[in-house]
Amino acid sequence: MRFAPHTDDDVREMLRAVGLSSLDDLFDQIPTSVRVERPLDIVEGVSEMEILADLRGLAAADRHADEMVCFAGAGAYDHYVPAVVWALAGRSEIYTSYTPYQPELSQGVLQALFEYQSMICDLTAMEVSNASLYDGATALVEAVNLARSTGRDRVLVSSTVDPRYVETLRTYGRGGGYEPEIFLAPGGRGGSPEITRDVAAVVVQHPNHYGILEPARELFARAHEGGARAIQVFDPLSLGVLAPPGELGADVAVAEGQVLGNHLSFGGPYLGIMATRMDDVRRLPGRIVGETVDLDGKTGYVLTLQAREQHIRREKATSNICTNQTLMAVAATVYLGWLGPRGLEELGRQCAAKAAYAAERLTQLGGVELLFPGQTFFKEFALRLPRSAIEVRDALIERGILAGVPLADEGGLGLLVAVTERRSREEIDRFAVALKEVLA
Amino acid sequence: MSGAPVRTQGPPAGTLKELSRPGKRAFSLPRLDVPQVTVSAEFARAQAAPLPEVAEVDLVRHYTRLSQMNYGVDTGAYPLGSCSMKFNPKIAETVAGLAGFQRAHPHQPDHTVQGALELLWRLERALCEITGMARATLQPPAGACGELTGLLIMRAHHTTANGVARRKIAIPDAAHGTNPASVRLAGYEALHVPSDARGLVDVGALEKLVDEDVAGLMLTNPNTLGLFEEDIEEITRIIHGVGGLVYYDGANLNAILGRCRPGDMGFDIVHINTHKTFATPHGGGGPGAGPVGVREELVRYLPLPMVERDDETGAFRLEHDRPDSIGRTHGFSGNFGVLVRAYAYVFLHGGDGLKEVSERAVLNANYLAHLLKDALPLAYPQGRPMHEFVTTAKQLKDAHDIRAMDVAKRVIDLGFHPSTVYFPLVVEEAMMIEPTETESKETLDALAAAMRQAAAEAVTDPDLLRQAPVTTPVRRLDEARAARQLKLRW
Repeated sequence: MRFAPHTDDDVREMLRAVGLSSLDDLFDQIPTSVRVERPLDIVEGVSEMEILADLRGLAAADRHADEMVCFAGAGAYDHYVPAVVWALAGRSEIYTSYTPYQPELSQGVLQALFEYQSMICDLTAMEVSNASLYDGATALVEAVNLARSTGRDRVLVSSTVDPRYVETLRTYGRGGGYEPEIFLAPGGRGGSPEITRDVAAVVVQHPNHYGILEPARELFARAHEGGARAIQVFDPLSLGVLAPPGELGADVAVAEGQVLGNHLSFGGPYLGIMATRMDDVRRLPGRIVGETVDLDGKTGYVLTLQAREQHIRREKATSNICTNQTLMAVAATVYLGWLGPRGLEELGRQCAAKAAYAAERLTQLGGVELLFPGQTFFKEFALRLPRSAIEVRDALIERGILAGVPLADEGGLGLLVAVTERRSREEIDRFAVALKEVLA
Repeated sequence: MSGAPVRTQGPPAGTLKELSRPGKRAFSLPRLDVPQVTVSAEFARAQAAPLPEVAEVDLVRHYTRLSQMNYGVDTGAYPLGSCSMKFNPKIAETVAGLAGFQRAHPHQPDHTVQGALELLWRLERALCEITGMARATLQPPAGACGELTGLLIMRAHHTTANGVARRKIAIPDAAHGTNPASVRLAGYEALHVPSDARGLVDVGALEKLVDEDVAGLMLTNPNTLGLFEEDIEEITRIIHGVGGLVYYDGANLNAILGRCRPGDMGFDIVHINTHKTFATPHGGGGPGAGPVGVREELVRYLPLPMVERDDETGAFRLEHDRPDSIGRTHGFSGNFGVLVRAYAYVFLHGGDGLKEVSERAVLNANYLAHLLKDALPLAYPQGRPMHEFVTTAKQLKDAHDIRAMDVAKRVIDLGFHPSTVYFPLVVEEAMMIEPTETESKETLDALAAAMRQAAAEAVTDPDLLRQAPVTTPVRRLDEARAARQLKLRW
């Protein structure tokens, strides 16, 4: 299948116009020594119905959250994606457009991003948001870069932050010249990091990797006393019921925005959210949309503060990011518009109630207990099982239940269970019955 | 043809906030079927988030109207140089929406995602064949992230092989801004390499500039002027001669598919922008995907996890046990949904079809350059363009005080998205034009006519250009005011 629309006559006529006799002549300037003189070793092209059959075959080899009851989380969650989200974000005037370099032809995307930034501020009680980053983990890297641009150096990270985020920080830290230092959170939360004068950032995830609510106010106050930036990794859908980062004292709030209307999609494309206080607006990475007026005084939107960005500042830019996750941000905007304040609150209440019910049901089984008993959690909790969590998970998959995510530590017995608003009482009960059978 | 192909009619565009009325709602959730719990005051949100309250019909009309004020490839030609804005096949959207892909959780165990892993495996093989590399990571979510990944691989290589990371990375003066920005994030300094009168890397200057403090060179080929670096073998020899590595920025890969391969030119590390070469929709600014391929001796440094195949059982797995790896560069395995679309594009075309892609892309650029060159002179007329070319509006500026941006804005009123302007930085009043292979001869003729008309009007009626555009939902916007009086939210 080909998409070039030329007829054979077109090709001949165009070649004649440019004074060449064959398509090969177009490539004359490539030295013969580096040309590929053989066909590429990739199977011959196929028709649309053949590629569809091929990909249906591959997709059919996957299990997925439409045919398993999904209790897996740990950074990606099975929240409901309402039909309206992709009916609108999927409009091709939006999804087939480029970065809005010509604002007069891009008011749709620009205004949607302005609304995205506004809603992220509404959600987080932070003062300013950028127009998106790649995902939650890389947003944390950018937040740390922002904190380190103040001249301070060290990065302290709670042991309850998602280990994938820490791994990602470690990768980019090799270029940035830092190694994230982990401070321990005894009992699954808190901790007492020592904030010396060289500490740039204290990173806390709230709710944390184990689903537990952190004493974020105290940890952030401690960071501020030592003159460090407080960075919170948050869950956007917790903020209907939990106090937002801006009220807790976070200087930088970052999140995985997948939960805002984006599909699980085996890990991407997701949405990196980043919001700060206005004091740091010139340290923010990535695109930012601003409102302005046109020649006639009419309101319009443009990419602004571009002097921070790579195409203007080159090696002095705040980040190298160019392509971001605009489409996912547009989806998040529609989704937040769908939820509104009351939907956000109701959804948060349902997650919390269903997670509490699930924890109650599951820990009634012999040998199953909470990994951190007595701690308050939001929509996710860690269990200690009497058997290998990987084996239990695999056995439950056979019963149509994706039970959660095995934890790397805890001797292989830890299982992280997430419960979204999509899970019904009946599904949770079914999970408990199946777990009982598997453990029997 | 005249008039911007975006909606200009209808009521003034307020924000969603202005449509908000207390008590309106779009959401619906099932009735809670478990006991309610209360969040303790210590943690609770005191005041509801001040999000808009609207009905679903409000949402639909609002964002439908915004979409009508936006120009996409589905609207018309999008000749942004360096961006390869080609047609995005619709079947790619269909297959990305298959439940086995769209509804697969990234923490599912390998044995339940064999289809997704096989897709990544096959795509990796194809990308390696296209670029002449040994293995590739599909994890970087965009080209700039691919650059940084590639530079961190360079860093790991030098640290392991030579005990020091070295200090500098050479980049041509015409390079994309992401190159120097990535260089700094990788802990290196940018060493700027001048172009010569041909618009190519000044090989003599390069040879003098580089020494054993240079970790490597980043280069696009064809370069950002759309010209093939004919001395590429000499360039890679010079860098390898001081123990450096050569990085291929894949921004312009569309020009050489099936004709030549970065690996055969001597490049060691390659990134690919799937939203350019393989037609994955750019989404108004993203998502992209920036796979990075490397030579055999650098495979050990690729990010983790990598997709591996057990030769005996044929089973695929995500391999995390890679002690020399630079680590994870994305939270999960990259923009998988984008990679599904890239897979569809690559295998719809096949090896033969991909070669045709570059042929038609280069033919279109040469044809359009031919139609435009007497109205808007080529910046480097002696070289034959590949998939894109750079013209200059310098004459219009000097004689009539009309700038490249004015020409671009007039082209909007004449019905097209304009070219890239003011890039590359080495050309005064640059207009960088890339038609891609999916524009027809008729479209190129019409686009050329519009651009020629704009250039002619610069002489006969310059105010028409200075006032343009006048057919769009808004006219020229006050960018200085936007940056001075910051209004970044409602």
